[in-house]
Amino acid sequence: MATTTHGLGGLKYDPSRRARAPEWNVFFALVGIILIFELVGRVFMGDSFLFNTRANVDTLFNEQRLQIIILQVSITGIIALGVTQVIISGGIDLSSGSIVGATAMVAMSFAQVAMVNGNPNPKAIFAAQGWMDLPVIVPVLVGLACGAAAGMINGALVAYTRIPPFIATLGMMVTARGIAKWWSKGNPISFPTDAYAAIGKGMMPVIIFVSLAVLFHLILTYTRYGKHCYGIGSNEQAMRMSGINVEKMKVLIYVIAGLLSALAAIVLSSKNLTAQAGMGVMYELDAIAMAVIGGVSLQGGRGSIIGTVLGALIFGVIISGFTFLKLDAYYQEMVKGVIIVAAVVLDQWRQKGRARG
Amino acid sequence: MSDIILETRGLSKRYGGVHALEDANFTLRAGEHVAVVGDNGAGKSTFVRQVTAVEQRSAGQVFFDGKEVNFTGPLEAREAGIETVFQTLALADDLDVPSNLFLGRELYKFRMGPFSILDRKAMRDRTLEALKTTAVKIPNVDNPIRNMSGGQRQCVSIARTAAFASKLVIMDEPTAALGVQETAQVENIIRGLKERGIPMILISHNLRQVFDLVDRIVVFRRGRIVASLNKHETDGNDIVSYITGVKGAETADA
Repeated sequence: MATTTHGLGGLKYDPSRRARAPEWNVFFALVGIILIFELVGRVFMGDSFLFNTRANVDTLFNEQRLQIIILQVSITGIIALGVTQVIISGGIDLSSGSIVGATAMVAMSFAQVAMVNGNPNPKAIFAAQGWMDLPVIVPVLVGLACGAAAGMINGALVAYTRIPPFIATLGMMVTARGIAKWWSKGNPISFPTDAYAAIGKGMMPVIIFVSLAVLFHLILTYTRYGKHCYGIGSNEQAMRMSGINVEKMKVLIYVIAGLLSALAAIVLSSKNLTAQAGMGVMYELDAIAMAVIGGVSLQGGRGSIIGTVLGALIFGVIISGFTFLKLDAYYQEMVKGVIIVAAVVLDQWRQKGRARG
Repeated sequence: MSDIILETRGLSKRYGGVHALEDANFTLRAGEHVAVVGDNGAGKSTFVRQVTAVEQRSAGQVFFDGKEVNFTGPLEAREAGIETVFQTLALADDLDVPSNLFLGRELYKFRMGPFSILDRKAMRDRTLEALKTTAVKIPNVDNPIRNMSGGQRQCVSIARTAAFASKLVIMDEPTAALGVQETAQVENIIRGLKERGIPMILISHNLRQVFDLVDRIVVFRRGRIVASLNKHETDGNDIVSYITGVKGAETADA
């Protein structure tokens, strides 16, 4: 929560010193990282990172690579959209990855086909009940309900027991992972219906991610919900004094984050055609990292969906770039760690600079 | 007695064993501007917090606008018509000026529960209007107020109060952190409220300001009201002797 400080008055405000939108810095970082890969690729690999170099394909850019860049961050990106709202309102959500695991298991068990190649589905969970070949809306709604319920518990714990969000969502992280393992006694759940499998097919995750990003950008910018998200992250006490029901808002924010995690779980299990108890491990940290790299302040009150989308793209570019340079995956994680810390340090410096200005 | 806007009877507040406010009998008439003065810890802010229901009183009654009231929170007090500038300003630093002015009472284009779409243009226009009537100069209202000076932030908070003022305005040390020019601006806003006939309770340490602005001065000491003086029947030395306890050992009614 921000503290209120009084200046001594008489300070003059100079509009020319107004900082440019922080999203631009993230964008420049993205462009810079792409340029570095392009340059290193040209010099050491004799190949282009960004542009098409294959003779048999007639496009300017290497479209395959561009698609992979965004596809591989779409699912964690969907989670990051929810996490962004939680962090802007001054909270944190560590449970998203586990919610993905639990939701994927539960949703998938309602999406199974009865017969596989003429034999009964060997992985069927609800064979005895005959709950198979259900219309796709059933697993989707069940999955979303799981996410909403988990989010509601998170939100209620944070808002009404006043325990720190870190602890509340840490509890949910452990519990939801337990549920994911318990649901099918650790067995993977497979063989979804064609309709369910279509949800995450091909570039569908990207389409879903981008549409949700646009939707939540509009919501955060133009609605009361968005305004109050920033307000609560900025000065919770002031919001309370202004008559805003902070508790109800917090529950809603965590429910939306839970819903987005559930949606990510549905897309992921559909894309992989299977659900496993270990799905989504560490996704919460990737999602938080995307938001933080995108300029969302962990102190609350600052950040945007655009920033988070750019943060996700930086993630995607780095993973693709390392693959392109044929570097081990170990280096990816090391560099990812460095970038997360660097992003927060830069944010701190920017805040200090602004306070002096 | 319809011209009494606010009346408290036996208003008391205890924090554990500490009697922060005891048996405060206070009345405010329509259009009247009253200053509340006293040393630090004399109970001034505590008094305001009970009236605006930021805290719940331990004992006593509050009458507002002719009716006994039991506000459960500051929102109810505000909805009843009590606008307050708190010492902590109650501003959200990361929001711009219009958002802060309309915090909790946003204007909408389209209502859909929490996802109601804000009418940003209308809020911006009305903000500029409100700032114009209060003569507060803010170069760019679209910037988050984090980047503004203490004086400008204070002015946003006061402009909010003045713009929505209806039945009663309470200001808790509105000029404590301000420079000379900004103090003058705030004082002009207060004179504007007087002209509009809106009653006010002003908490201030600045006796020059108090004598300039208000009709009556109420002195708090050690949680009690020790004097209520018409400004034309007293002077600075008199007030100071009440504040310090040289005069007025008995509880007085205000």
